[in-house]
Amino acid sequence: MSASLANVAYIGATILFILSLGGLANPETARRGNLYGIVGMTIAVLATVLGPRVTAGGIPWIVGALAVGAGIGLYAARKVQMTQMPELVALMHSLVGLAACLVGFASYVDTSIEFTGAEKTIHEIEIYIGIFIGAVTFSGSVIAFGKLAGRISGKPVLLPARHWLNLAALLVVVWLGYAFIQAPGIGAGMTPLLIMTVIALAFGVHLVVAIGGADMPVVVSMLNSYSGWAAAATGFMLANDLLIVTGALVGSSGAILSYVMCRAMNRNFISVIAGGFGTGEGAAAQAGGAQPAGEVVAVSAAETAELLREAKAVVIVPGYGMAVAQAQHTVYEITKFLREKGVNVRFGIHPVAGRMPGHMNVLLAEAKVPYDIVLEMDEINDDFPDTDVAMVIGANDIVNPAAEDDPSSPIAGMPVLQVWKAKTSIVMKRSMASGYAGVDNPLFYKDNNRMLFGDAKKMLDEVLVALKG
Amino acid sequence: MPLTIGVPREVFAGEKRVATVPDVVQKLTKLGFAVLVEQGAGEAANFTDDAYRAAGAQIAPDAAALWGSADIVFKVRPPVAGELPLVRAGTTLVGFIWPAQNPELMQGLAGRKATVLAIDSLPRQLSRAQKMDALTSMAGISGYRAVIEAANAFGRFFNGQITAAGKIPPATVFVAGAGVAGLAAIGTAANLGAIVRANDTRAEVADQVTSLGGQFVKVDYEEEGSGGGGYAKVMSEGFQQAQRAMYAQQAKDADIIITTALIPGKPAPRLITAEMVRSMKPGSVIVDMAAEQGGNCELTVPGEAVVRHGVTIIGYMDLPSRLARQASTLYATNLLRLTEELCKGKDGVIDVNMEDDAIRGLTVIKDGAITWPPPPLNLPAPPAPKPAAAPAAPAAKKAAHAHGPSGPMAPGTLAVVFGLGALLFLLVGAFAPASFLAHFTVFVLACFIGYMVIWNVTPSLHTPLMSVTNAISSIIAVGALVQVAPPLGDGGGGRPDGLILGLAVVALALTAVNMFGGFAVTRRMLAMFRK
Repeated sequence: MSASLANVAYIGATILFILSLGGLANPETARRGNLYGIVGMTIAVLATVLGPRVTAGGIPWIVGALAVGAGIGLYAARKVQMTQMPELVALMHSLVGLAACLVGFASYVDTSIEFTGAEKTIHEIEIYIGIFIGAVTFSGSVIAFGKLAGRISGKPVLLPARHWLNLAALLVVVWLGYAFIQAPGIGAGMTPLLIMTVIALAFGVHLVVAIGGADMPVVVSMLNSYSGWAAAATGFMLANDLLIVTGALVGSSGAILSYVMCRAMNRNFISVIAGGFGTGEGAAAQAGGAQPAGEVVAVSAAETAELLREAKAVVIVPGYGMAVAQAQHTVYEITKFLREKGVNVRFGIHPVAGRMPGHMNVLLAEAKVPYDIVLEMDEINDDFPDTDVAMVIGANDIVNPAAEDDPSSPIAGMPVLQVWKAKTSIVMKRSMASGYAGVDNPLFYKDNNRMLFGDAKKMLDEVLVALKG
Repeated sequence: MPLTIGVPREVFAGEKRVATVPDVVQKLTKLGFAVLVEQGAGEAANFTDDAYRAAGAQIAPDAAALWGSADIVFKVRPPVAGELPLVRAGTTLVGFIWPAQNPELMQGLAGRKATVLAIDSLPRQLSRAQKMDALTSMAGISGYRAVIEAANAFGRFFNGQITAAGKIPPATVFVAGAGVAGLAAIGTAANLGAIVRANDTRAEVADQVTSLGGQFVKVDYEEEGSGGGGYAKVMSEGFQQAQRAMYAQQAKDADIIITTALIPGKPAPRLITAEMVRSMKPGSVIVDMAAEQGGNCELTVPGEAVVRHGVTIIGYMDLPSRLARQASTLYATNLLRLTEELCKGKDGVIDVNMEDDAIRGLTVIKDGAITWPPPPLNLPAPPAPKPAAAPAAPAAKKAAHAHGPSGPMAPGTLAVVFGLGALLFLLVGAFAPASFLAHFTVFVLACFIGYMVIWNVTPSLHTPLMSVTNAISSIIAVGALVQVAPPLGDGGGGRPDGLILGLAVVALALTAVNMFGGFAVTRRMLAMFRK
């Protein structure tokens, strides 16, 4: 295959990738979108393998590596629980980051293409930036994976003067970059490059450990964005437009998702990245000043079933607690039962419910909840006054009226689901503990609110039994 | 000193309603008010002066005398030009005003230094306002009367019968728009025994239609982009086409069509074309309740009943007035409830309390100052004009600084962004070689394409989006592939082949995990999304 033919194939692959992302605009076309992605990827890989830059000697290596990777990937994709999606995605980001690093190093020591003058400098800057982004993506994703999988505490770890540490690290990286470009040969350049890589790895770790659990959706999509930029940087390094375009697509997609998530929490992107939102103690102490007054009314599963049975319109608001308890299937059973009885059951999804963007939608889809009754916050918020029962399952901050009423609350201004406007709201929780933001929730003390304490799965099972009984 | 409520005779041509009825007069007197009714005010609605007198009202001989001594005036229609000069300074006027449609009247009333409560401006979303909601009670009457008018013009029974004289099929009634009036029409027609079908663009009213004995007819079109479960806000061309097809079908089947489709502040949508009218059976009836706003039917003549292509098209605009006694009773009760709200002390004195959301909403002129439109509801009370407390100041400052994420960027921020961008491009242009610029162009354009494409992704698919972009980012495999075994030129001396090969193969294996795993898991996820 000639170089021109390979290039044309790349253009085709690029178009397929754009169509693939465009296809996700709605669930009907999304499956086709995924198919476009697969076809595009196949074309890109085949065109490269058959193209002028790969000789026959490499084919066995390529096939072997792809086969090993494919085996692991397909196995993981089949085995993963839908509740573990955020972990899987974070782990996969780390692989892209690591691969970008390796390709960067390989490219640096590769002498088969000679550059001179400004081109050489630019090529080296590209390598340097590519490895930097790759390393940050890798270590950041590994930490994010650890936090999501519960292997590392979700609490933010805040080093003293952390902003200064970050700034200092960046300055050192810039200085090392200068040394790297000035280095006379590959051997001499390797030292600053390796030191920079270590700093970048530490930087990635530091960036993510400082971010609290509630901000995880932002982090996951931010890492998604980084993995794209890493691919784009690799593209510059290898003068490959396909990599540049695809990397840029992925990078901007992640950036937009991060922006959407930040907007949903009414927070500044910089302040999320800089960390400090989930600082439990500070916020809790602050909230202590304005303890909501009133009594908490607990109900039993049977009473909950009674409320549901008498309702005409029910809105279910799921949160991370539903994912943790794996309660989505029971939720669906209850939904099905009520809908057969003619109750209008719908779901209200907050943009940052769960641990990654769209997490709740995937879980509900897994449990076969039809997607046309799963609504976004803006679509359903106006309907709460006409709702008989709003059932909150394992969510806290996203239904906190203090975000609207109390300007001194740490979550003030964050858009929330107005479940308290329903005739009755039922909150399912394990205890009275506060959410990730560490803010007490005045909703629990409202007259029309009931609390159903216990594990979400267990309680919902009891509700279902009571409903059918 | 108790105030006097005056009820003049409606002077608008053809208006038969009256703003209060004898039963309500009694209750108003109990609240401590004196009631003065103009001679003959209730005549058209079958309430005699004697009945008013017996209920405790005084009778004024003419309009001038009534307006001259009443402190509060209850009316139905907005005052006509001849009534305006009669309004005294300080009078409180209650009735339909339609401030948006009648700016001149508003100026006139403000000039008379009156206080005006427009019953049509009541914030209907407040549940405690429902008892005062005259729009709803009038709409219910209109819906009932529309069916009666249709039955009158229609030459057959509504209910199906099997008699010795033969089998009579039931009439088929199609109601377009299931608001208050539409629902009343559905209920009335169903009670008369007709087969009732109804449609509304708001799918959620289907249950209400069913509960009144109607069948809900869906538009046979799935709005594209209804993913995430939300119905698209704007009905697409495709939807409208399907809607037209549905109406055309219903027109052929139905004996009676009652249209109530109104969009606030806009001309009524044209639902029934001349073509559809032609396709109806001779003797069919259309009642166009949107006649005042131009009509839902193309052939409607507002205010009249006409026959076109053998179909009677009724475009009356005074349906509530045609049921004057009932309408007056309901309207009088609505005004009584309002009076109770205004006179909490039951001492015959009213207090137009502007702190009360309901009262605030319907007060359109207060002591000669126009207070319409009211501020939007459900917002926290506007801060006091003087800087109240310390916390408010930093909060405001923060808000100004953070330039709310949904709003446009502050001009300063925008300037900085553009400035930085320009500087960056300048640097790149000045120093970078041509080969880099080609790639750079591609890169910048691709960022923008990504930006445009991603905004269309529905939030419910954000997780699949992330996993598919993650899979796509394993395109980095291409970078590894070209390093595995490139054709080595002459310059390749001293190339550490083994090291590069090792790095590239590991990188390739890592990305392959991603590539296959990412696409496979996306596929698995997407397969679960179903309706």
